[in-house]
Amino acid sequence: MYAYDEIDRTLVNERVSEFRDQVKRRLSGELTEDEFKILRLQNGVYLQLHAYMFRVAIPYGTLASNQLRRLAHVARKYDRGYGHFTTRQNIQFNWIKLAELPDALADLAEVGIHAMQTSGNNMRNVTSDQWAGVAPGEIEDPRIWSELIRQHTTLHPEFSFLPRKFKIAITASDHDRAAIRIHDIGLRLIKNEKGETGFEVLVGGGLGRTPFIAKTIKHFVHGRDILSYIEAILRVYNQYGRRDNIYKARIKILVHELGIEKFSREVEEEWQHIRNSSLQIDDEVIEDIRSRFTYPAYEKLPHMPDELRQAAADPDFEAWRKNSVSPHKVQGYSIVTISLKPTGGPPGDATAEQMDALADLADKYSFGEIRVGHEQNLALPHVAKRDLPALWKALDKLGLATPNVNLITDIIACPGLDYCSLANARSIPIAQELTRRFANHELANLIGRLHINISGCINACGHHHVGHIGILGVEKNGEEVYQITIGGRADESAALGNLIGPGVKFDEVADVVEDIVEAYLALRERPEELFIDTVKRLGVEPFKERVYATR
Amino acid sequence: MTSPLEQKKIKIAGPSVVTANRTWDGIVVYRTAAQGWSADLSEAAIVRNSDEAKALLAESVADDVGAVGAYIAPVQVAEDGKVEPGNLREQIRRTGVTIGQPVQV
Ligand code: HEM
Ligand code: SF4
Repeated sequence: MYAYDEIDRTLVNERVSEFRDQVKRRLSGELTEDEFKILRLQNGVYLQLHAYMFRVAIPYGTLASNQLRRLAHVARKYDRGYGHFTTRQNIQFNWIKLAELPDALADLAEVGIHAMQTSGNNMRNVTSDQWAGVAPGEIEDPRIWSELIRQHTTLHPEFSFLPRKFKIAITASDHDRAAIRIHDIGLRLIKNEKGETGFEVLVGGGLGRTPFIAKTIKHFVHGRDILSYIEAILRVYNQYGRRDNIYKARIKILVHELGIEKFSREVEEEWQHIRNSSLQIDDEVIEDIRSRFTYPAYEKLPHMPDELRQAAADPDFEAWRKNSVSPHKVQGYSIVTISLKPTGGPPGDATAEQMDALADLADKYSFGEIRVGHEQNLALPHVAKRDLPALWKALDKLGLATPNVNLITDIIACPGLDYCSLANARSIPIAQELTRRFANHELANLIGRLHINISGCINACGHHHVGHIGILGVEKNGEEVYQITIGGRADESAALGNLIGPGVKFDEVADVVEDIVEAYLALRERPEELFIDTVKRLGVEPFKERVYATR
Repeated sequence: MTSPLEQKKIKIAGPSVVTANRTWDGIVVYRTAAQGWSADLSEAAIVRNSDEAKALLAESVADDVGAVGAYIAPVQVAEDGKVEPGNLREQIRRTGVTIGQPVQV
């Protein structure tokens, strides 16, 4: 867990009283919506189809049980009893009343939660691997660096009025769970030959209307130089970034237009000016942050406790364990992913009751800590293996033990036309139908790892470009139509998917996905060849043939 | 649905209303003929040509304390005068999400 210091606590509290005053002035008419909009966006408040939407940050995806309980309280008291976990380690509440928002913010501030950097053209919530600090083989806990960047950029004037929003993600593992290649800046923590800690820096990733996979701009930037290097990137961006055209304002467009070589030369030049400035990070600063991250007092436990051996006889437990339980850096412990993708449910939603109960389970089994991942699932990061059977039973009672993590029904979906004012088409009902089609665990297991991502418009909040199967809702003559891509991925081999052909209607989407899956099962060389690898080997054509042969 | 928030030119193809979200709580409201807002579509002022639409929108936008994000939305008016939303987006705004919420209210 991370303990905020006094400065942060004061800042958060000041923000709440400031916003309370702003809301008051808005409701009295002293502020117009035009004047107020930028203020509410600075506090995570959007206007959606049915109501205001309130987006709360969960920095680098780490939550304490008392914080999760507080989110449950906000859901229950100010909203309709549930919240929606997003792909950027935030949670959204969909039905909040403006007049009550200051109270909700104040309640959250008491436990150190806020909504800064969740909207607007600023530096957004810096995201990280949801397994940070517990993943085996990690270079170092990436949250230390996420926190450093968060502190440096929060409300920093240079980062508060950018041409467009700006997103950074950090990973410290070979397997990228933070999707760094689709971020404006992606940082991969590595060690150089001398054993020093630093970063491979990637730049210019992003989805939306013009998707790009980030490119490596520098293979190694020493940890102590990372702030100056990021600042150099931002300065070049601020200087050239297209403020005139919202569709071209993201750094990905600039990197694309200048080319990575020219862009990196410009950054390098800028960097040389500021590299040895006060931006250079003292070891003590990093040490101070490091010391604020506390880790549990792990016990010395056996690798294979009796409880686990006995539970292995239960096929239902085994089905869940196989896809939800992952190795931990400490022997005798596991990381448990909690699927927020029940059959027929909206991906990423959790009720207040589930959040409360999960907070209790975290206290009992995970040293009071919960994680939020970009796949819209949660995780308990420190579960003793002997407790897995008991935890599973408890999760199952809460409807939180669907054994589908990383399988075809573990779908990422944006709110789409059911909630979002920018949407062209619905996303959630498509996801719901797909989870019903593939509800049979044997079938899903036979198919193996397959990520479906769904967005309700080209803004791509549902990451459709990088889904193994990507589904994008568009509108044609007043009707919802869905374009389907295959072959995208968001991990260390990130790639954009390719369109398989003309869009299909709402009612046809699940059938088309079924066709694609059937084609894959027939085409794969062996059961271990994942869908994404079959697509890579064969290209789009055989899938296209299968889908459109009868349409 | 192409988001009406990008509405620039005002040109209406059929009967329309002005809709927005009520400022204090955000709920969906419709501009009434009595220069107020109502959560009930049947109370909405119906406009039938671009000039009427423009005038109703201008008056609605001016009432920024009452409601925010006002725009023109199509409706269908049945022979008996019953008013229905003109597209899926407006249908969803009127009747709520199509997906069943995790918690029933
Ligand atoms: C319902 C309210 C929402 C609105 C109005 C909204 C709006 C937008 C817009 C306009 C963009 C494009 C920005 C650009 O290209 O500069 C965007 C991108 C994005 N949104 Fe949302 N969004 C919403 C909800 C969500 C949710 C629920 C998620 C997570 C499930 C999400 C995750 C993202 C992500 C990851 C991107 C980045 C895509 C990229 O790299 O360009 N958003 N959003
Ligand atoms: S992708 Fe489009 S429809 Fe989906 S949440 Fe983002 S803006 Fe809304």
